[in-house]
Amino acid sequence: MTALTQTQFYSQLKRYYGFYTGGFITFVIVLAILEQMGLPAAWIGYIFLGATIALYAGIGIMSKTADVSEYYVAGRRVPALFNGMATGADWMSAASFIGMAGTLYLSGYDGLAFVMGWTGGYVLVALFLAPYLRKFGQFTIPDFLGARYGGNVPRTLGVLAAIICSFVYVVAQIYGVGLITARLTGLEFAIGVYVGLAGILVCSFLGGMRAVTWTQVAQYIILIIAYMIPVVWLSVNIAGNPVPQLAYGQVLQQVTAKEKELNDPGTALGAAEASARAAHKAKQAEFEAKIKALDEAVAAGQGADFLAAERTAAGDPKDFPATVDALKDKWKKAADGHKKASGPVAAHATAFAGKGAEAKLLREKPDASAEEIAKARAEDRAESNKKRLNFLALVLCLMVGTASLPHILMRYYTTPSVREARKSVFWSLLFIFLLYFTAPALAVLVKYEVYHSLVGTPFADLPAWVAKWAAVDPTLMKAVDINLDGIVQLAELTLGGDLIVLVTPEIAGLPYVISGMVAAGGLAAALSTADGLLLTIANALSHDVYYKMIDPKASTVRRLAVSKGLLLVVALVAAYTASLKPGDILFLVGAAFSLAASAFFPALVLGVFWKRANYAGAVIGMTVGLGVCMYYMFITYPFFGGSPDNEWFGIKPISGGVFGMPAGFLGVIIGSLLSRAPAKEIQELVDHVRYPSLEGDIETKAA
Amino acid sequence: MQLTDKHREYWRRNLNLTGVLLAIWFVVTFVVIWFAKELNEVVIAGFPFAFYMGAQGALIVYVLIIWYYARRMNQLDQEYGVHEGEE
Repeated sequence: MTALTQTQFYSQLKRYYGFYTGGFITFVIVLAILEQMGLPAAWIGYIFLGATIALYAGIGIMSKTADVSEYYVAGRRVPALFNGMATGADWMSAASFIGMAGTLYLSGYDGLAFVMGWTGGYVLVALFLAPYLRKFGQFTIPDFLGARYGGNVPRTLGVLAAIICSFVYVVAQIYGVGLITARLTGLEFAIGVYVGLAGILVCSFLGGMRAVTWTQVAQYIILIIAYMIPVVWLSVNIAGNPVPQLAYGQVLQQVTAKEKELNDPGTALGAAEASARAAHKAKQAEFEAKIKALDEAVAAGQGADFLAAERTAAGDPKDFPATVDALKDKWKKAADGHKKASGPVAAHATAFAGKGAEAKLLREKPDASAEEIAKARAEDRAESNKKRLNFLALVLCLMVGTASLPHILMRYYTTPSVREARKSVFWSLLFIFLLYFTAPALAVLVKYEVYHSLVGTPFADLPAWVAKWAAVDPTLMKAVDINLDGIVQLAELTLGGDLIVLVTPEIAGLPYVISGMVAAGGLAAALSTADGLLLTIANALSHDVYYKMIDPKASTVRRLAVSKGLLLVVALVAAYTASLKPGDILFLVGAAFSLAASAFFPALVLGVFWKRANYAGAVIGMTVGLGVCMYYMFITYPFFGGSPDNEWFGIKPISGGVFGMPAGFLGVIIGSLLSRAPAKEIQELVDHVRYPSLEGDIETKAA
Repeated sequence: MQLTDKHREYWRRNLNLTGVLLAIWFVVTFVVIWFAKELNEVVIAGFPFAFYMGAQGALIVYVLIIWYYARRMNQLDQEYGVHEGEE
């Protein structure tokens, strides 16, 4: 293959992946025919799992390499279009594929922070980083910090930050892999984790970046087909239009009208809803009374007796809480759940809804004085402003975090030129955009379906998928007739966010083979991201720590052996961590963005755009940025023993980066100005990265 | 390695372009979010405007920004003779 010119290589790739896409579609059609002939659903699940993992492994084996440049940066000849697809797959994780539409379903406008944040970041990548990193042309992000600022400390800080962000992120991916494998095949979660891990390893272990790149392209094709087909079908069913992104404007209006009706007790639907909400309210009061009794018993020193009495009253079930505190937590959760279900539905497209204090006041006290109304309004406004501030902060952190995550930035080392790197960011975002602008449409379409074919239906006539998913996992789907009228009300339904994408094929009335394909798509999303992340961590350790700092004379063979060994170790540690099912995984993923933004962004951007930035500035900026962000999370997040009372301006801990980033920028600037300007060679390096080609230029490219 | 005036001009034009595109990015993202409640009063083809921007509009603008930047910079490279050789 090395004898091919870039143009020939490009057309060969297009031909290969063209065949591949055709092959995948044929494969799905054949399975669909087999299903009609009576192939059981479980078999379809196994075949999808087996076939796709075998495929990824096959690409991995075909791309195995012993060449350093091939291993670290895929030989730097990945054409812009294909690097775009690989970046798309690298970027879109299980959270994007499965979770995104669910978040949008549950939080409407407020969920759009993720859609904007995870796409707008590419503008920063394109304008501030990708072309310059490509010109620099080494292997890792710490490489750039090391060369630009000199010395081992900036490099080490870079390695440290890269490992913290990527590790947190990879644990979440492997967790997703385990979950999907378990769903697809019925294997146990822990086994699912290791089966998925095998799929990840075969690929990255043999061929490093080269294998990962070509597998990610294949994975992108699967995941985008799997995402699109059910949504298009659903859109045809509901709106009679095969372009969901255009069609859902009308559907959104119908959804909004329905939401008004549900909130209006004057209508038949609204009255039924109000009765279900009242029943929730009564339940909430019941649990609150229980909690009060518990607190009194504990205060009187009779906690143990109270617990024993409650256990007996509940019929001594196995899963009864073992301590008074656990029992209190359980009740508190139940009371909160009922409280939430007793409130009105928020309109889908409404931005930053207030507390509803004014509406509540007028409902409970129609003759409220002007003063009381003004007070309630002020409360609503304060809540709404706080939501807006948090939305802005989250969008900023996600965007800057995107432009700082090493596994994404690394991908722009693999293009043949600066020119191609710039084009490649365009392709990356275009491919990501395809999924992200479909997710809000999907959320609205599913909401329409829930409002129209579930709400108002007798419990006996619910579609089959409701019972099926309720049996799989009650946190995903639950329907309880709380006001005992035999009819489903919205307040009686519990829908988990992760359900939305998984259930779409069934709502649309598609055969099981499409459900299998969606699961395979989710698996592709999780595996591709995990691949990229594992490689980033292993490379930071093997290249930056081992080769650059410990043994710069190491032979190629040894470098690759160390890298592969570390890959295995990191993968196993990550899988082990994931199999423990750590809580708060979503928070940790979000936190990775804030941390990356605080640690990397100031030093990377100023490194290119400000010649005066120097060693001291980088060290201070990175430490302070990361430090402030971690400190903020630590004092505000309950998991670390913090409390929301410590929040600055009411900003949630997940957006701690809004404080870390400015601190990082200030750190770099002040630190640099207080110490000597960088040496001439460093200034030349900056010129070198700024111009794609320069006469008498220095050379930084690593072979 | 000595930078000529031409080189400096290339870099200045790059900075200008970057600044303008960044300003557009800022407006479609943060300014629209800030006024989301007010903008949502405007409904186009069934979509409240701020909702539409968050779900599609801003994303389309991002894609266009990056497309334009790549195109323009690749032209500037040629114009100022700092482009890479063919590979």
